[in-house]
Amino acid sequence: MNTNLDLTAPTIVDAKEDCALIFELSQPGRVAYSLPECDVPTTEDEVSSWLPSEFKRSDAAALPEVSEVDVIRHYTGLSRRNFGVDNGFYPLGSCTMKYNPKINEDVARYAGFAKIHPYQPVSSVQGALELMHTLQSDLAALTGMDAVTLQPAAGAHGEWAGLMMIRSYHEARGEKRTKVIVPDSSHGTNPASATVAGFETVTIPSNAKGMVDLDLLRAAVGSDTAALMLTNPSTLGLFEEQIVEIAEIVHEAGGLLYYDGANSNAIMGITRPGDMGFDVVHLNLHKTMSTPHGGGGPGAGPVGVKSILIPYLPAPTIEKLEDGSYDFAAASPDSIGRVKAFYGNFGILVRAYTYIRTYGPEGLRRVSECAVLNANYMMARLKDHYEVPFAGPCKHEFVMSGSGLKKYGVRTLDVAKRLLDFGYHPPTIYFPLNVEECIMIEPTETESKETLDGFIDTMIRIAKEAEEDPELLLNAPYTTPVTRLDETNAARKPVLNCACS
Amino acid sequence: MKKHRYIPMTQQNEREMLAAVGAESIEDLFVDIPKNVRYEGTLPMSSALDEAGLLRHMTQLAGKNADSDRYASFLGAGLYDHQVPVVINHVISRSEFYTAYTPYQPEVSQGELQAIFEFQSYICELTGMEVANASMYDGATAMAEAASLASAATRRKKIVIASTVHPETREVVRTYAYGLGIEVVEAGFDNGVTDLGKLESLIDGDTAAVLVQSPNFFGAVENVRAISDLAHAQKGLLVVGANPLSLGLLEAPGKLGADITVGDAQPLGISGSFGGPTCGYFAVSKALMRKIPGRIVGQTTDKNGKRGFVLTLQAREQHIRRDKATSNICSNQALLALSASVYLSIMGRQGLIDVCDLNLKKSHYAAKQLSAVQGAELAFSSPFFNEFALKLPEGTDVSALNEKLLEEGFIGGYDLSRDYPELGSVMLIAVTEKRSKEDIDRFAEILEGSL
Repeated sequence: MNTNLDLTAPTIVDAKEDCALIFELSQPGRVAYSLPECDVPTTEDEVSSWLPSEFKRSDAAALPEVSEVDVIRHYTGLSRRNFGVDNGFYPLGSCTMKYNPKINEDVARYAGFAKIHPYQPVSSVQGALELMHTLQSDLAALTGMDAVTLQPAAGAHGEWAGLMMIRSYHEARGEKRTKVIVPDSSHGTNPASATVAGFETVTIPSNAKGMVDLDLLRAAVGSDTAALMLTNPSTLGLFEEQIVEIAEIVHEAGGLLYYDGANSNAIMGITRPGDMGFDVVHLNLHKTMSTPHGGGGPGAGPVGVKSILIPYLPAPTIEKLEDGSYDFAAASPDSIGRVKAFYGNFGILVRAYTYIRTYGPEGLRRVSECAVLNANYMMARLKDHYEVPFAGPCKHEFVMSGSGLKKYGVRTLDVAKRLLDFGYHPPTIYFPLNVEECIMIEPTETESKETLDGFIDTMIRIAKEAEEDPELLLNAPYTTPVTRLDETNAARKPVLNCACS
Repeated sequence: MKKHRYIPMTQQNEREMLAAVGAESIEDLFVDIPKNVRYEGTLPMSSALDEAGLLRHMTQLAGKNADSDRYASFLGAGLYDHQVPVVINHVISRSEFYTAYTPYQPEVSQGELQAIFEFQSYICELTGMEVANASMYDGATAMAEAASLASAATRRKKIVIASTVHPETREVVRTYAYGLGIEVVEAGFDNGVTDLGKLESLIDGDTAAVLVQSPNFFGAVENVRAISDLAHAQKGLLVVGANPLSLGLLEAPGKLGADITVGDAQPLGISGSFGGPTCGYFAVSKALMRKIPGRIVGQTTDKNGKRGFVLTLQAREQHIRRDKATSNICSNQALLALSASVYLSIMGRQGLIDVCDLNLKKSHYAAKQLSAVQGAELAFSSPFFNEFALKLPEGTDVSALNEKLLEEGFIGGYDLSRDYPELGSVMLIAVTEKRSKEDIDRFAEILEGSL
């Protein structure tokens, strides 16, 4: 082998070349599948009698004809044009992009978890039920709630399920409560979930400290208030110091409190939504509990409730019987019904349970402590270079503003794009909406000080570049497979599939 | 706290970082949390295990479950035991895919974006629809979202759903419909398929959509074209739930008049996992393109004119429109959509036809053998794909029968009397390409000995 060859250069060139669509690789007659021979006796007459011809497909689906090697090379090629936590630092605020442990992946693939059917006899899935039952009680303990459903498939799905329970609770008491209050810093899913649950959303502005404004809250609550939805710590990374008063105001008005658990990585073992006064909470297992986000899913959004809401839980939950075996509990007559087919994203629940057992309760507390220290450290080192609108201490994340760079003609978007050239995934940008040119950074506990320092130094360098050579940022990135993409045209003249046939 | 392998913070780091922050201790960082809501003590949760101990524990839990590697399964009812090509696990184990978030930064997410674009293309190709999204949680929630879309698009507040739709799907649709203030009416069946006369009488000028599933919960193929005519006669929409694998054999719903086609991609190379995660798909006619829920990827070009992909039509979504969004969905099932895409790449044009052919032949052979057992007969004579209802003698205890089958190494069928008590003792039996003639013959023998 010629040791003078630069093996890295071709890699980069490869990655920058256009990657063919799988459909474009098709060669008639090529196959990648292996199927058994038909071992049951049939006659042609029989076969043609089984299905009326008008039910049969008239034109074969134009799927590609490729070999197994083609398939592997194609998707390996695509994977190399993608960036995950395993590739590098991914400080995407409110998304908790922590390391996804490999043991989680291994055990979730055990046949006894991956290859079981939801309708098998209960006697043949006792291990699965035991795992779910234990996870239900672990998550109840962690959040300070009385019962947990594991069914919701994602955070937004949990929000909606929780709001549906709140709605049933009020209706059972003969009350017509139509409004859900959210702060202006809330996730977009909060108001969207409220709509799907049949509520109207009332948005209240945060005060100068980034917290819920108690006077505005008092003015907003009333006999029509169904719930307040709150993320605590908020999306600004701030803990609502007056949470007890907030809970009192809402409860006195007859409303309930919903906890958006997206930011739970800050508080495990330190404080619990149940103790703060919340009545419902969802957790994002794909954030706090390290399950991988999969490029957009699957997640899992279990929901915990206080005892007053137990009758409304979606069916089914898992119960332990007196003889020590596990079964599905019969649905309560007041249940909101079913929210998903079967029992939730079980494969994700297996990963989350595995994660919890690598730490135990003391370990999870240490997770939150380190996540918070990492965020405060980054904020302390960056505050002289970017505007930090809210003083610390922050919790597991913090926000900065790129508005100071506007005088050079540079925006937060340009900073984010420039970060790509240094091998970092950018933070969340332009969210929350109440901070101009927002940059929201969440380092998580699994990143080392050296990684944080490297990122911070790069951010400082980029701020300097913005001042000295703004063009450099405006045209970034330079090292990625594609440069900035035309999003306007993508939406104006949508091309949403390859229209193969 | 002992050191932990996922936390790189050393004591030295901790001291230096606290100093940089200007804090004495980590406790100083939590002063903003009121004392009266602080948790004191150790949470009553499961304890920590070392790696070997954890693997032992998980092996033990998994060992208590009867998996389809060790048991021959005749259980379907919405989730099927098809061969999962080994390549799929290798692709979805590429951590560039599975450890990534939603592709918010397209320049470093072209792989995922292109994979989703190809998934959308595959779904459109199979269903005969014009636009597909990046995935939904599962087939049941996809159908519920279809009801929501139909109601919004037609400004009507009633849907008619066939009682042959999966019982859990109907339950999920009802939960969503209650939230959205949509009335749900069910249309009954005759001989295992929707009773067209009854259906017609339920559709009126307030009907936003008719929702059917084909093959339906009984495995029977519905007359989608006839149902389409009934729905459209009242200017309602037609929503079809379809097993995507069956579309290698059955006509594409888009060609039969469907306005929205949904379903679960689980049969396309996704393992059962006790019911999840699977992957809902959602496809519509062009007219409904801007009302579709969830993520959509579109093709575009970069500054140098090179082909690239981005999330697009985002003005429908919750992060932009908040309470006015078309849905609250954010995370979906992207990694499972990738599994389905890899499956379709592996099967290709001929493989999908061949696998359908095997399912059809084996299930019909099984239907013949099992209905020949004394006392058993097919519950319906309607055409079916890979699943059928077998009527057993009145009073047969189907769960006891399934326990017996389990002892013999089989996972038996679904007890239809759970949802349709009026049918009596009926077992829903699925036969995929994985079942051999030997499996089927042995299954018939055990059945014969049990009745």
